[in-house]
Amino acid sequence: MSRAGSFLSRAGLTPGQLTMHAVLLACAFAMLFPFYWMVLTAFRPSPEVFSATFHWLPQTFAGIDNFREAFAKAPLLRFMTNGMVICAGILAVQLSTAIPCAYALAKYEFRGRNLLFALVLFALCVPVQVPALPLYMGLAFTGTLDSYFSLMLPFFLSVFAIFLFRQVFRSFPDDIIHAARLDGMGELEILWRVVVPSASPAIAAFAVFSITAHWNDLYWPLIVVTSPELAPPPLGMMYFSDSDLGSSFGALMAAATLLTAPLVVLFLCAQRHFVQGVTMTGVK
Amino acid sequence: MAMVLSSGASRAVSRRRLGAEIAPAVAYWFATPSVILLVGTLLLPIAVMVTMSFTDYELGALDYSFLGFDNYATLWKDKAFWRALFNTIYYVALVVPASVVIGLLLAVMVNGLKHGRKLYQIAFFLPVTSTLIAMATVWKYLLHGTIGPVNHLLTAIGLPAMEFFGNPSLVMPALAIIGVWSLAGFNMVLFTAGLTAIPQELYEASAVDGIDNPIERFFTVTLPMLGPTTMFVVITTSITAFKVFDTVAVLTRGGPQGASDVLLYVNYLEGFQYMRIGLASAITVVFLGIILLLSLIQAKVLERKVHY
Repeated sequence: MSRAGSFLSRAGLTPGQLTMHAVLLACAFAMLFPFYWMVLTAFRPSPEVFSATFHWLPQTFAGIDNFREAFAKAPLLRFMTNGMVICAGILAVQLSTAIPCAYALAKYEFRGRNLLFALVLFALCVPVQVPALPLYMGLAFTGTLDSYFSLMLPFFLSVFAIFLFRQVFRSFPDDIIHAARLDGMGELEILWRVVVPSASPAIAAFAVFSITAHWNDLYWPLIVVTSPELAPPPLGMMYFSDSDLGSSFGALMAAATLLTAPLVVLFLCAQRHFVQGVTMTGVK
Repeated sequence: MAMVLSSGASRAVSRRRLGAEIAPAVAYWFATPSVILLVGTLLLPIAVMVTMSFTDYELGALDYSFLGFDNYATLWKDKAFWRALFNTIYYVALVVPASVVIGLLLAVMVNGLKHGRKLYQIAFFLPVTSTLIAMATVWKYLLHGTIGPVNHLLTAIGLPAMEFFGNPSLVMPALAIIGVWSLAGFNMVLFTAGLTAIPQELYEASAVDGIDNPIERFFTVTLPMLGPTTMFVVITTSITAFKVFDTVAVLTRGGPQGASDVLLYVNYLEGFQYMRIGLASAITVVFLGIILLLSLIQAKVLERKVHY
């Protein structure tokens, strides 16, 4: 008995540690329960959904029917493709505009630099809902509503990226840039071939941050998109839950499972970058 | 942001910077794409929006006239606007304390573990990354009045079943539960960053002073040292909670009887459903004012943190 006790404490499992594990496991159960319930329901037939008795696992496996019904009711793959196109387009423009701007702010002297940086700080506070009305009107007048372009436009500029990369570039050693200049490299070449590779962790963290934000965004797509075939996942999910599916929880949960899956997979693969991304938003 | 605010001093020391040696034209080329986007998609729209808040413009109308502050006066007298503002503040008041305290406790407990930290962090952060709209429909089902497992649990322990989304006094708490669930993990990560910055010597010193009890140690060392982080987390969460829209748009649409009308949802309806651009712009100006005020407090907190 005492030998077992000393073995446990040598493994770091003192009573205090075990208590914390017990509390945290209970918390993790509560946090993950919605995911469990979603997947469980996606695999249950509807009589089970409406029965009052509780089972941890589906008594009858109806996953195939539910997913088939979900695919039949809405173009779920289309929604996901839209999400990917929008996220990729936004990210590409964000990186290619923010990186040079951040580098200029970090390493060059030019007239108006302080003003530009002050505007970046101001813009950091402004949510997309603020310029939304005029942007919508502008898109309406130019006849570009209901397009991929309209879905991406407000997010092409990421002041967060400018702010973040400026901070990273500032700590890049000037001596290396001098050396590269002496080697005859142009400024653009120095930026993309010398400075940017050193910032790849920050860029990866930002990329993950940006993709998550725009995959999940509902507000703007809800405003500019009217054709279902352009809907990104959240808007698609909204159409889906609005249609006469009130009784078909299985199919609804199957759709929710499918539309949530890509980000969960991305998160599990790039978990480190997610955490870095959050940390960079503030406590730096 | 901390580094930015402290940068004034370092700039004065190294006056001659790298970029001074080259023609500023390169800098302008580098900054131009962002400046065009900044003006075109942000500054100009904001200016237009503020101007429109003084007009009676409606989308599709051929002309409009300036009304001065009439739209703001209308809002001031509009019960629905005040209800939306009150509901939003109520939501913030519910979500912020709960998600900050839960985030803090999770961070402290996970940080104190010898094994399995990463696994717990993944579990608690998962709700943050998952698509809120999809998860909101799951929550609607979880909290469903008759077939939701939460109500099964309530009736199993002898409590009455609750119609969360049908009862005007329960709808905001129900939305707040979803908000807390989706934000607690985010706050946990922020607190974890704050925790790792606390010097180990402080804990050793407190041990020398005879503080061995982990709870006592939490209140004498950890919590005071996390003060600035906590302030930051509180304000960041307030800003996020103030922008509540998604769950309202999908689950309640402001109902029942306007009990979950929130500022951004009312703004969305005025601007994009009823097309009353002038009035919607006035609501947006109020919204922007509140967000800027919160951001200003946040900047002040961060500034203080540098000298902490």
